[in-house]
Parts: sequence; structure tokens; C-alpha cells
Amino acid sequence: MEFLSPSTWEEALAAKSGRPEAVPITGGTDVMVELNFDRRRPGALLDLSRLPEPAQWRAEGGHLRLGAAVTYTAIVEHLAGHAPALAQAARSVASPQIRNRGSVGGNLGSASPAGDCHPPLVAAGAEVELASVRGVRRVPAREFYLGPGSSVREADELISAVLVPAPAGPQQFSKIGTRNAMVIAVASFCLVLDAGARTVGTGIGSAGPRPLRSPEAEAFLAAEFDWEGGAEPSEAAARHFGALVAAAAEPIDDVRGTAAYRRHALAVMARRAWVWCAADYRKGAR
Amino acid sequence: MSQTPAARARGDAGSAAGTRAGLSSTARGGVGTSPPRPDGALKAAGEFAFSSDMWMEDMLWGMTLRSPHPHALIRAIDTAEALAVPGVHAVLTHEDVPGEKRYGLETRDQPVLAFGKVRYKGEPVAVVAADHPETARRALARVRVDYEVLEPIADARRAAFDPDCPLVHEEGVPAHPEYNQRGNIVRHQPVRTGAFAEGADAADLRARAAAVVRGEYRVGMQDQAFLGPESGLAVPAPDGGVDLYIATQWLHVDQSQIAPCLGLEQERVRMTLAGVGGAFGAREDLSMQIHACMLALRTGRPVKFVYNREESFFGHVHRHPAAMRFEHGADADGRLLYATLEIVLDGGAYASTTAAVVGVASSLGVGPYEIPHVSVDAYGVYTTNPPCGAMRGFGAVQACFGYESQMDRLAAKLGMHPVELRRRNALAQGSRVATGQRIDMPLPMAEMLERVRAMPMPARRGELADPADPRTLPGGLANTSRGERVVRGVGYGVGLKNLCFSESFDDYSTARVRLEAIGGEPAALVHTAAAEVGQGLVTLQGQIAHTELGVERVTVHPADTSVGSAGSSSASRQSYVTGGAVKAACEAVRERVFALVRERGLVAPDHPAGDLALEGGKVVSAARGVLAPLAEVLGTGAVEETRVFRHRPTRALDPTTGQGDSHVQFGMCVHRAVVDVDVELGLVKVVALDAVQDVGRAMHPRQLLGQIQGGSAQGLGLALMEEVQVADGVIRNPSFTDYLIPTILDTPPMRIEVLEHADPHAPYGLRGAGEPPTLSSTPAIVAAVRDATGRPLTRAPVRPEDIAGVGD
Ligand SMILES: Cc1cc2nc3c(=O)[nH]c(=O)nc-3n(C[C@H](O)[C@H](O)[C@H](O)COP(=O)(O)OP(=O)(O)OC[C@H]3O[C@@H](n4cnc5c(N)ncnc54)[C@H](O)[C@@H]3O)c2cc1C
Repeated sequence: MEFLSPSTWEEALAAKSGRPEAVPITGGTDVMVELNFDRRRPGALLDLSRLPEPAQWRAEGGHLRLGAAVTYTAIVEHLAGHAPALAQAARSVASPQIRNRGSVGGNLGSASPAGDCHPPLVAAGAEVELASVRGVRRVPAREFYLGPGSSVREADELISAVLVPAPAGPQQFSKIGTRNAMVIAVASFCLVLDAGARTVGTGIGSAGPRPLRSPEAEAFLAAEFDWEGGAEPSEAAARHFGALVAAAAEPIDDVRGTAAYRRHALAVMARRAWVWCAADYRKGAR
Repeated sequence: MSQTPAARARGDAGSAAGTRAGLSSTARGGVGTSPPRPDGALKAAGEFAFSSDMWMEDMLWGMTLRSPHPHALIRAIDTAEALAVPGVHAVLTHEDVPGEKRYGLETRDQPVLAFGKVRYKGEPVAVVAADHPETARRALARVRVDYEVLEPIADARRAAFDPDCPLVHEEGVPAHPEYNQRGNIVRHQPVRTGAFAEGADAADLRARAAAVVRGEYRVGMQDQAFLGPESGLAVPAPDGGVDLYIATQWLHVDQSQIAPCLGLEQERVRMTLAGVGGAFGAREDLSMQIHACMLALRTGRPVKFVYNREESFFGHVHRHPAAMRFEHGADADGRLLYATLEIVLDGGAYASTTAAVVGVASSLGVGPYEIPHVSVDAYGVYTTNPPCGAMRGFGAVQACFGYESQMDRLAAKLGMHPVELRRRNALAQGSRVATGQRIDMPLPMAEMLERVRAMPMPARRGELADPADPRTLPGGLANTSRGERVVRGVGYGVGLKNLCFSESFDDYSTARVRLEAIGGEPAALVHTAAAEVGQGLVTLQGQIAHTELGVERVTVHPADTSVGSAGSSSASRQSYVTGGAVKAACEAVRERVFALVRERGLVAPDHPAGDLALEGGKVVSAARGVLAPLAEVLGTGAVEETRVFRHRPTRALDPTTGQGDSHVQFGMCVHRAVVDVDVELGLVKVVALDAVQDVGRAMHPRQLLGQIQGGSAQGLGLALMEEVQVADGVIRNPSFTDYLIPTILDTPPMRIEVLEHADPHAPYGLRGAGEPPTLSSTPAIVAAVRDATGRPLTRAPVRPEDIAGVGD
């Protein structure tokens, strides 16, 4: 196996273009597991972990530009104000050791339906920046994922960054796991409110072949949410919202849980997320 | 001299054992104190050499080809292509097994390498030795096995009771006419007492009971989840034998199974314990031992095996899943009248310890309760599921979940407090268990229940400094609840466990103790073959020598087969049996020192032995004070004695009535669990898990607490998350990604009260302590979740969907 160590981002793009089958490695928390368990035997690894650019973040025109190699630890420690739901998700990932290495770019690269970054990126309307020697393009997160492990990224492309819109209202991310830490999501849900545009974003994780959203639930909540006062929803409205979210899921039965439980849990998480967002809204998180 | 392997861990000097497991240093305190363990700092610093760290210059890597099918005929195996891979030194199949083709702990029914048929997914079919693990892996991919796939026999109840179910093992196989006469039933053990012994049926007794409760309970397959996977290093020796460095629980029982398969005399299979990364029963059966030796003997090179985590799930036995049907009847005051139990334990493809597990499940099936009329039928069954065998609690864990669930049901039916119902029916010293055996040691169950009930309750949610702190809530930092629908529940559990080997097993341990003066100081060397698996046995052996010989410098020799068997590090028995052997050997050494004292004229030849003692490195007379420094008495000579210690004999259970004094000692732990449950999402936060355990004598109080905490946490795992999920014979979650064990955020603070009512039959009055907490913590937690939710929850582990009532 070859180990390609570009020293600049341009070199990395050139290397990827020359060897499209080379497997990028950032934190390695997915790649190394696959290698160790012999699930993957790539001819070459392309090491992105030493490059300065992907590890950086900055505010950029109403967005947070998050380099693909920014770790969960960095997000939790520095970016909770810039990307609250993503930071909540990052806080729920794995253990401190994995959070010190694992990255958003790696999560997107793996495109596991259970990845914790996806619901916040989908709900917030983030964009994924893909780069190659051919140029740079931005794909809405909502269109990035195709199925388990697959995305619109072309073989010669690298993920350079994600662009997360600056928060314009309350956000909540919740994740179900059978233990209280260090667990892959059984189901997860993210709710992002935009108080200015009076729009709603949803993200559903681990309950379908790819991260999903519920346009019906979004439209319903955008209409029902008390944008003036942030009043607590009625029980019936909250239940309806939950039911719409659950209906948008495409869950299966697997070792982590049943499809029926996943739908149920999504409905509960969605209801609670509305209640919590409303409370935050009243407190001024508009 | 053959070469010895070095360990690669940092700071390692390489000892005779090859693994400087840091286990041979000096004990600084006697019995009842808590000296630091010699391996503690090394383990905390990541410097301890585990068996997987062993390494030799010219070693080869061994690897195993496993069956992809749970049940299939093997029509042909072709290794030619694999052998042609450069760097491959040997590819072996069943045809290459030099001696006996099968081995086993109790029944020699397990092929070294499969022939004719595979009976579980993951069964070893061929082994390879190559100069690099990657080469070995490539070679494995080139072994062609022609399988004819058969239907798996996945349902234990069907395997046991359906006469049309195919047999997992043919009658009389392996080559013993007495084997497999009951078809797929490895062992059926009934117990009949009271009216049931006279042929009454449940209907007769039901009519006499004021309250009757019935339940069907299930316990899932639990994994021991030790952190150090199976590994070892076999080194061929010039005498045609082999030296095996191995992480195991019982060197000599390994040796007695390995040697016949290699066609070698036992003495030519020399074994040394390598650093063991946990065991919990999973290292009682052989894994790669014979494979490594076969490859080493074939290639003339040292061969190392290390399983990875996924392979480890196929490399060792698990806890038997159980399906149980229990019925209990009581009078209006809650006094138990009768119990009928049917317990079906899925033993999987090979017998392993299934028969002994059935012996425990049947004899202790009704738990620590006085019940005049008992009918138990416990079955251990062959299926084509992964083999099951020993795990901490060994048959008693499954039954305990059943009977404790029943006690709660009965208490609810009678409107009684669960503790009160248990207290009313509690066993005590002098009571008889269902096998007719009288309990001839203290068993203060009623007192223990009162104590655990009286322990202070954890703060209520509203009393917390920050009730919104997610770490205090079910779901933790995953942000699923801010307290919505979180309900607190409280539950109790009691368990009764036999300690040491039961049912007429000749259970002994051997210790060699040497006392000599080194550099003017008396020093003791303790040598046993007892496996330190993390429980702290090395420390304990040192403490005993310290106490018995009155010396500061005690060295514990690495465990190997150059001394007699110590028996297994299982059944909570090593403190008792190997502790007893070390004590006996020390006493023999002491007597010889006193003889020297007389010979040297320090006391009169008829000086009473009871007046003399060894204390603080001196020979002391009660009447005359210090007689001489011990080093001076020893001079340049050494005093060495070897002793074998046996606990009192036990009897087999009667095969039809289940009567007999089958157990040596009884251990008990009582738990109270307090949980917060998100009743809507089905998530649980265990808030407190408090325990009272009677250990007879706290030999090393700190290590004892570790055992109780660890056992309680393992029971918590079984209550809430740990399950090897098997469907049609296939393990669906062979990884720590999906086989979940509790993390620190799942494990609550534990108040632990230790009682010390001495067992008059045991050395120091001690009682084995490792297993009892594993029994009672599971039902206590599930009871607490029931208390919070009002749901019946008849299966462990409880799943979120069960708690939330989704799919009811
Ligand atoms: C113990 C453990 C626990 C875990 N728990 C969680 C969890 O709770 N939640 C969760 O979501 N995940 C979890 N994971 C998975 C993993 O940590 C995350 O997916 C993480 O985000 C991966 O990031 P990484 O930088 O380590 O990726 P890598 O392993 O380096 O890469 C992952 C994939 O992305 C590709 N890739 C990496 N960088 C790029 C790039 N710039 N452009 C294109 N492709 C790229 C790689 O080729 C690979 O396919 C866990 C993993 C482990 C080992």
C-alpha cells in the first residue's frame, strides 16, 4: 500500500486526480478501523492530516467555513456559538480520543447514514465544498448524500470544507443511543429555526439509507411556530409535527433498533426539539 | 534450553516468562490490608505486557480460517493454492492433527479443526503460519473449502423437545457410546422436593396457594468482553515438545487437552501464563492453543496468534442464553409454597461447560428462598449457535433474573414490599436449599436485605445542583431529555451463588513456598500455577505468605506448569483454594523453621509448638519474646515445601431428584438499584447501584471493592445493553461498536457494605467474592425500570423499545 503525503492542498488535489482510487485519510477514525478489520485494502492512502488548510475555520460572508479536517473537539470548544446544533452533535460523538481526531470531512467522506454531523448540516442548509484540479463546487448538504457510504463526490474530488449558515434562531440536535455515551446513533434528529426568514430546517439521522429531512414537517412548523412570542406548542400540534417527522423517515430493523422504535423516537425527539426551541426563542435566541 | 520470548512493552527487561507482566514483585502487607498490586501501575501506564505483546525474532504469525456457515457438511478442503503463497510456512487442516482430533473441558466433542461438518459460524477449519499477518491473511483467502450448507438448528427449545429436529451431533460421537444419547440435550437435570418428589403436579399445589404468579423470562447471550483478545506464542523445543506462553484461566486443564491432540506426553507441553487481559470465564475453553502448537511443531518456528476483536467474538464461548418458565405460589402472608421451573439453556455447537452450568441453574434455580415444594427442570441443549460456556455467575445469573422477577411479581400481587416478601422467605444458616443441602455457614440474608433497604437514597432529581445537567439524565450528552417524562424507579435483587467447583469435582490447588535468607533478610518465594486474570490473586498470595511467615519480602513466581495444578481462576475459587494451598505450604514451611529453632537449641526440644510464631522477620515465643532473627535461623539453607489443598468433597446431584450436597460454599450479594427512566424514549440512567455482600473475610478490602463494583457493572450491562445478537446461527454484532458495554457515564456511584461472617470451613473464613454481585445487579436494575414504567419487562437486556412499549 502506498502512502501519499502531499505537503500542500494543491499537491493533494493533484495526487487525487492522478490516483482517484487513493483513499483520503484525515483523522483515520473510520479508515483505520476498515483497514484493521480487512474491510478495505486500498492501493494508496492520501494523507490529509498534515495540511494546514483543512484544519482551519473562519467566518465568511454569513457562513462559518469549516475546513474538512476540523475536529469534533475543536467544534465543541470553539464553535458552539457559530454552529450550535453541529456542536451539540459533535459533543455526542464517540469518546474524547475519537473527538480529538475525527473530523467533519471524514464524517462526510464516510457518508454513513448514522454519522452525527449529517442531520445538523442538512437541517441548517449547509453546503459541502468539493475541490479537484478541475475546480471547486458547492453542493447543498441536502443533495450530497446518495445512500449508505455514497455521495455525489467524484473520485478525483476532495472535500475541502463545509459552509454552515450563521445561526439565525434556536437549534437543537438529539441522538438516541442504547448507552449514555460512546454510541452510534439509533436515530437522531436536528431542528434549526431561522427567525429572520421564518423558515425551519429538519435533519433525520440513522433512520434511512441516507440523512433525510421532512419538508412537510418543516412547512408545518414554519406555519405553526409562534414567531412573535415563541409560545410553547399545543400538545396536538407538537404531536402532529412529530408524526410528520416520523413519517419522513425510512428506517429498517437492525442490530441497533427496530424500525418502529426509530419512528417512535423521532416523533418524540421532534416534539421535544420544538418545545426546547420555543423556550430558547423566548429567551432571545432569535 | 529453548529460547524464551521477549515482550515488546516499554520498560520490559524480559523475564523467564517472557512477559514481564510485573506480577512477581513484593507484597507489602498481610491478609486484611490493601497493599498495591504489582501490575497496577504498569497497567495504568499502558506498560503491562499482555499476551498479545509477546514477540520473538524468528516467529511466524498464525491465523485461522473459520466457517462462514452455522451448519454445513465439509465435502473437501484444498490448501494447495494457499501453500503456494510466498512466505507461507504451513497450512494445516484436521488431517494434520497429530493426536486426538477432538478436545473439550468436560466432553471431548470439539474438533481441533473441523472435519465432516461445521456446527457453528466461526468454527476453525484450517490454520496458517506465515512470516507476516498479511501473508497469512492472503493464504487464508486461498484455502478452498467445499461446503454443503445445511439448515441451522437455531432454536434451543425445538432442538431439545422436537423429536423431528435434526441432531447437532450424531449419537455416540465422538467415539463414546455414552455421548449424545439424549439427542440434542447435553444435560437434563430435574430437582423434585416435597410433594413433587411424591409425584404431585403443579395443579395440586396451585389449588392450595393464595397467590400464584407465572412468567416467561429470557436472558440474552452475554459476552465476557475481556479487553485482551485471545493470544499466545508457541515455541518448539529441542525435545520435540513445545513451550506455550498463553493467557488462560487454568494452565493444567489446557495442558491436559492440548497434549493428547498433539500426540505428546503432558510433560512435553510446558505452559507459562502470559499477561492476561481479563477472562470472566471466556478463557476456560481452549481457543488458539492447539493451533499454535501444531504450527510451531510443524514449522520448527515460534508461532504467535492474536485474534482481533471480531474474531474474538467467535474465539470464545459466551454466556448461555436462557428461556425460562417459572411459576410460584405463596400463601396470603407471602410465604412461598411451591415453585415450578423450566430452564432451557442454549449451549450452542459444543458442550463446553454446559453440563456444569445446568448443574448450577437447577440446584440454585429457586434462589435463596425456602420453598417446601420445588420442581425444576433445567436443560442444556446443543444447537448450531455459537458455543456457550463459562461466564461469571455460570447458570446462576440466568436463574436469578427469573426468580427475582417472580419475587417482584408476587410481592406486587400480594401488595407487599419486595424486600418484605424476600425477607419472609429468606434462607439462613441451617436452612436447606432445593437440593436438600443444609447451609452450614452464616447466611445473613434477612439482615443484608434490611441493610441495603436502609442505605441512604441518592438525591432526587429536584435536589441536584443542576437538574438540567445532561450527564445526570437518561441519554446523557446526546440531549434527548431535559427531564421530560423521566421517572425514578427502585428495585431490589438477591442472588445465591455456589463458590468453588461443585458436584463431586476433585477441586484442588498446589502451592510451593520457599523461605531463605537473601542479603541477610528473610525472603519467601511463592510458586503456584494459578492464573492472575486481573482479579488480584498475585497480591493475595503475597499477603498470605506475608501473614503466615512474618516476612516483608515475598516474591510470587510466574505461574507455569512446573508446579502442580492450581485449578481454575473461576467459580470465585482461587482465594479459597489457591489461598488455602499457599497457607498450607506456608504452615509446612513454618513448622520446619520451628524444627530448626529446636535443633539449634534456641528452645528446648519439647517446647510447645503453639508458643512459637514468625513475626516481623523474627522467630518469636509468646512466653519469652524474640528468640532470633529469622534470617539467622535459616542461615544459608532454604526451606521449601509444596502442599496440595482441597476443599471438602461435594456430591453429584441425583439424576432424577436433584438431591445431594453438591456445593462447597454459598455466596450472596444483595443490590438496590435506583434508576431514572425516560419512559417515552426508553432510555435509562442508573442513578445508584448499592450493594451488601458477605465475604466471610475481606482479604484485600480494596481489591474486594473492585470485584463488587466490576461484577455489579457487568450485571448492569446484562440488564440494559449487553447482548450478542444471534439470528439463524449468525452473530449480528461481533464488535464493540454494536456489542455495548457500560461506560463510566453508565456506571453509577456504588455504596457497598461488606459483611464478614466467617465461614468456619474456609481458610481465613473467606468466601469467594467475584461472582455474587453479577447475579443480583441485573434483576435489581430491571426491577427498578419496571418500577418506573409499570411494564412487565421479562427479558434481559431490556431494550429501549421494550421500555417505551413500541411494538407491544
Ligand atoms: C470508537 C469510535 C466511535 C465512533 N463514534 C462515532 C459517533 O458517535 N458518531 C459518528 O458520527 N461517528 C463515529 N465514529 C466514526 C468516525 O469517528 C467519524 O465518522 C469521523 O467523523 C470520521 O472522521 P475522520 O477524520 O477520522 O475520518 P477518516 O477515517 O480519516 O476518513 C473517513 C472517510 O472519509 C474519507 N475522507 C476523509 N477526509 C476526506 C476529505 N477531505 N475528502 C474526501 N474524503 C475524505 C476517507 O477516505 C474515509 O472514507 C466513531 C468511530 C470510532 C472508531
